[in-house]
Amino acid sequence: MSGTATALSDSGPAIQFEDVRLGFSEGDVFRGVSFQVQPRETMILLGETGTGKTLTLKLAAGLLSPSAGVIHVLGKEISSMREAELLDFRRKIGFVFQEGALFDSMTVGDNVAYRLREERVPEEEIEPQVREVLRFIELEDTIELLPSELSGGMRRRVSIARALISQPQVVLYDSPTAGLDPVTSQTIITLILRLRDVYGVTALLATQRLQDGFALANFHYDPQTKRVIRNARNGNAAAAAKAGQTRFLVYRDGGVYFEGGPEELENSKDPYLQRFLV
Amino acid sequence: MAAQLGFRCCGCAESFFAEGQPEQGLVADTPFQVAGSAGKEEKRITAAELLVDSAKNAVLAVQSYAELCGRTLVNMVVGPHYLQDTLEQMDFIGAGSMPIILLAGFFIGAVMVLQTGSQFIRFGQTSLTGDVVAIALVRELGPAFTGLLVTGRCATGIASELGSMLVTEQVDAMRAMGTDPNRKLVVPRVLASLLMLPLLTAIMDFIGLLGGCVASVFSLRLSAIEFWRRAIEALDFADLMQGFTKPVIFGFILATIGCYKGLTVRGGTQGVGRATTQAAVLGSVLIIVADAFLTKLALFLADKVF
Ligand SMILES: Nc1ncnc2c1ncn2[C@@H]1O[C@H](COP(=O)(O)OP(=O)(O)OP(=O)(O)O)[C@@H](O)[C@H]1O
Ligand SMILES: [Mg+2]
Repeated sequence: MSGTATALSDSGPAIQFEDVRLGFSEGDVFRGVSFQVQPRETMILLGETGTGKTLTLKLAAGLLSPSAGVIHVLGKEISSMREAELLDFRRKIGFVFQEGALFDSMTVGDNVAYRLREERVPEEEIEPQVREVLRFIELEDTIELLPSELSGGMRRRVSIARALISQPQVVLYDSPTAGLDPVTSQTIITLILRLRDVYGVTALLATQRLQDGFALANFHYDPQTKRVIRNARNGNAAAAAKAGQTRFLVYRDGGVYFEGGPEELENSKDPYLQRFLV
Repeated sequence: MAAQLGFRCCGCAESFFAEGQPEQGLVADTPFQVAGSAGKEEKRITAAELLVDSAKNAVLAVQSYAELCGRTLVNMVVGPHYLQDTLEQMDFIGAGSMPIILLAGFFIGAVMVLQTGSQFIRFGQTSLTGDVVAIALVRELGPAFTGLLVTGRCATGIASELGSMLVTEQVDAMRAMGTDPNRKLVVPRVLASLLMLPLLTAIMDFIGLLGGCVASVFSLRLSAIEFWRRAIEALDFADLMQGFTKPVIFGFILATIGCYKGLTVRGGTQGVGRATTQAAVLGSVLIIVADAFLTKLALFLADKVF
């Protein structure tokens, strides 16, 4: 975890959906979804339960393929890739699952080290890297524990650590705060904030909690003082630029209902968006 | 390509079930609780549609099972392999099954002697017992019983393990980290099962003969040496060929059925339970059916070749 995420292979958008459609036998979930996420940007995906946030992330990771439409990630068209190529490609992507999806028969340390072992990193290099990442999420002393011995919030943090270990350029967070108490949610959001501001990762974050999105939009992490600071309104452009933009995407009825920055969303008079703001 | 699509879709169906249910309770007091999928209507189904549907599903199931087997065979030959996982599975399937194989084998041999012995006594030919037990065990009962016992123990274990991994999204997590679940989960189990079943069968055969020997010494008053001499003389190369190719195939069947049932679980925890049962039933039935065909084939080959 040293150094920032490597430069993107392409100067274009990091993630791009073009008129993506997806249907199951029960009916269509997406009827044409298009959006772009620029490099170093954090896109907050909002939507009621069942609007397809998880599916969007799975599409972006190539775990599902769309019925129609094109998906580009890091300059590659993944919607037409074969599974064998996708497996290789996914090493550049971190995926944090909604329920964590930790390997429950492995210790925390082995879970976090999983990717490194897969890539046949020498064993003596794995240990320090795992410790460093676990220190980053402040769970270094759980290295020998099994996931079932952790609390829900700790498990969520470990699954973030597992996604980070190979320094992915793009991280997909699926409802990282769902079902957690406000304090733990805050810890997780702070972690995501630090990750963004220290390593400059591009993120697509699905959530049902608008306050998560505003926290990411309005705060940044200062590596010098090691504190989370509120962005100055107007000005402090340097910090804002360094932090990368935060934008919002709201789903409704199988399509994108709203796309824009935090101010636009906050000031919106739309009754549907208002419901998210209460 | 079709293969991947099929696999992917069933993968996501499972994860949907796994995550959909607990989530609802947690977000009950947010404005988002209005379910997005409220408007689904109940469909009326006729009997004909039901039949067509189940026929279609059966064909699809056979197809995706065949795909799983094909992919596994390819991955078994072309590396990379997960050696550690294979060793662990060999320990689970091989060493773990030893107690039941030993226990069952001994009593199967003994029962055979008791049953056949009473017939041979009528003709005064009790010395033939050794021949009968040896041929029946090595050709047929050893492989079949080993296959069935290991199916009961391991196909179910594999199905429930992989099924639970699937519903908790661990299989998707693997794919998301660039691991091919077929290589990581299926190949080690199939390989271990393929390799361990002939060994277990050999042990079963030997212990069965031992059980037979003990029974014939005590109930038929045969001499142990006589029993073993006749038993060994009765066997020829074709019997051994037959007796040791069968378990390889049974091993393949039971492991692939376990994996297939595990990786196609539908419907959360309950689905895992169902898959486990189905793996036991389907695995056993397929092994018995395969046994009939293999026996016919082996007898045919024994005629022609040996
Ligand atoms: N495998 C599947 N088969 C059929 N329908 C599915 C499948 N997976 C998801 N769906 C449907 O797609 C819709 C979107 O599901 P998704 O899991 O993406 O929702 P979500 O936005 O992540 O919700 P939540 O906030 O509750 O996690 C749901 O309405 C669901 O009915
Ligand atoms: Mg979801």
